Amino acid sequence: MKTLLSVENLRKRFVSAERDVAAVDGLSFSLGTGETLGIAGASGSGKSTLARLLLRLIEPDAGGITFEGSDWLSLKGSDLRHRRGRIQMVFQDILGAFHPSATVNDALGDPLRIHGIVAKAERSSEIARLLERVGLSSAHATRPVRELSGGQRQRVAIARAIASRPSLVVLDEAVSALDVQLRNRILELLVELQRENGISYLFISHDLAVLRAVSHRLAIMDAGRIVETGNTTDIINHPSSAAGRALIAAVPRLTPGGRPTNTMQKSEPTHEP
Amino acid sequence: MNLIHKLMKTPEGAVGFIILAIMIGIAIMASTISPGDPLRIAGRALVAPFTDPALPLGTDRLGRDVAAGIVHGARTSLLVGAAAALAAIVLGLLVGLVAGFCSGIVDEVLMRVVDAFQIVPGFLLALAFVSVMGASLPVVVLAITLGAWADPARLTRAQVLSLRERDYVAAAKVIGMHPAEIAVRQILPQALPPVLAISATLVAAAILTEAALSFLGLGDPNSVTWGSMIAEGRNVLRSSPWLSILPGLALIITVVGVYLLSEGLAKALAGDGPAMQGKLRNGAAP
Repeated sequence: MKTLLSVENLRKRFVSAERDVAAVDGLSFSLGTGETLGIAGASGSGKSTLARLLLRLIEPDAGGITFEGSDWLSLKGSDLRHRRGRIQMVFQDILGAFHPSATVNDALGDPLRIHGIVAKAERSSEIARLLERVGLSSAHATRPVRELSGGQRQRVAIARAIASRPSLVVLDEAVSALDVQLRNRILELLVELQRENGISYLFISHDLAVLRAVSHRLAIMDAGRIVETGNTTDIINHPSSAAGRALIAAVPRLTPGGRPTNTMQKSEPTHEP
Repeated sequence: MNLIHKLMKTPEGAVGFIILAIMIGIAIMASTISPGDPLRIAGRALVAPFTDPALPLGTDRLGRDVAAGIVHGARTSLLVGAAAALAAIVLGLLVGLVAGFCSGIVDEVLMRVVDAFQIVPGFLLALAFVSVMGASLPVVVLAITLGAWADPARLTRAQVLSLRERDYVAAAKVIGMHPAEIAVRQILPQALPPVLAISATLVAAAILTEAALSFLGLGDPNSVTWGSMIAEGRNVLRSSPWLSILPGLALIITVVGVYLLSEGLAKALAGDGPAMQGKLRNGAAP
C-alpha cells in the first residue's frame, strides 16, 4: 500500500495564563492510500487538536507532515488554499459546520467553484450527482441546510467533503451526534465511497464500536501521544496499553440474560483494506 | 424579509415608523409643499402663528416663512442624520471586521485608533473639525461621522471575534476559501444585526449633533436647518417664543420617532437574530 500521509513527531502546546497543555505531544503515524485509520481516545487526549493540525486550522510547534509525497506544512497562502481540496474534514457539530443561512447549493457549490472542479454551467448537475451519491435527491439542493434533519445534514457534510475530490477525509466524531440506525447507514455510505474512490479516512472517535466497523488499523491516543497501534481486531481483543484497556472497558455491555459480555470482542471488521 | 411586519407588531416600532414615514414624506415633498427658496422674505416680520392663512406658522424677524423653514429643515436634518449614521456604520463595520478578523498587530493598532476617537467627546470633535474645514453639508456629515464610528467598530469587532471561532468558518477555511471571502460573505452578514440595531440611535444622535452645530452657527449657511432656526429665534425669545419652540418641536418629534423605531427594531431583531440560531444549534427548540 502506498503511503499517503505520514506524521512525524508532531507537537502542539496550548499556553495561556492559567495553564500549559501539551495537546499533541510527539505524535507519529502513517496512513496508506485507501486505508482507514481509527483514532480512539478519551476526551482531552488530543484527538481534535490532531484533526485541526492536519487541516492546517492551527499550526504545530514542531514536527512534520508529509502528504502526497510533499511537505504539507511548508505550504502557504494561495498554494495552501489550492491544495486544501485534497484533505477534507467532516465536523462533529453537524449544524455548526454550515453557515446559518446556507442552502445545500451554497454548501456544495463553494468547493466546486473554489477548486474549479467542473465548469460553471455543469455545477448544478455536479451538485445533483454529489447529492445522489450520498443518498439525497437533487430536490434537496435548494433547501436551507438548517431545515434538514440531522442525518440529511451529515450527508450534505460528507458530500461537501468529497466535492473537491480529496484523497484524505478527516472525520472528527462525525457520527457521534447521530442515533444508532442513522449512524450505521452513514458508516455504510462512508465505506462505499471509500471502495469506489479509494479515499483514505482518518476516523476520530471515542466510540470503539464505530471504529471497529470501519477501521483497518486502530491507534489509541492518550495525553497527546499514540500509545498503541495495530490491527483493529487485535487491539480490541488484546489491548496492551492502560488507555486502550480503559476504553474497551467503557463500552456498554448488554445481554438479555443479564450476564455481561463484552460485545466488542466478537465480530470482525465489515471489510478489508 | 418580514422585518417590517415584525416591526409593526411592536407598539414602539409602529409609532416610530409612522412618525418617520411622515417626516421623510415631508422632507421628500418639501419643494412641492412649500415651493421656492425657504430663505426668501415671504411677508411682514414676526407674524404670529395661526393668524395668516398664507403663513400658517407665521414669520421670523426677517419675514421668512416659518412653515417653509420647518419643511425644508426636515430635509437637511434627515439627510445629514442618515448620511452621517450610514457613513459611521460603514466605517465602523469595515474597521471592526478588519480588526477582529486579522487580530494581532493590525487589531492592536486599529483598536488604539478607535480608543483615541472614543475618548474625545464626539461633539467637540465635530465642532473642531467644522471650525477648521468650514461649514458645508458634506463637512458637517464628515464631522459627525468622525465622532460616531467608534461604537459600531467596537461592536462589530466583538461580533467578529466570536463568529470567527465557529465551526462553519473553519469549514470555509478547509474548503480553501479566500480569507477576504470568508470575512465578507461568511462572517459579515452574521455580525450585522446588532450593529444595525444601534443604527437608529446613531441617526438620532447625528440629527441632534447637526442641530447643535447649526445652533452655534457652524451649520451650512445656505440651507435651512432646525438648529439655525432655534438660534435665530433665541434673539426674540421673550416676545416671539414660537420661533424657537416650533423648530424645537419638529426636532424632538423626529428624534423621538427615530428612538422608538430603534427600540422596535431591537425587539424585532431579538426574535430572529443569532440568539435564535443559538437555540436551534443547542437543540433547545422543540
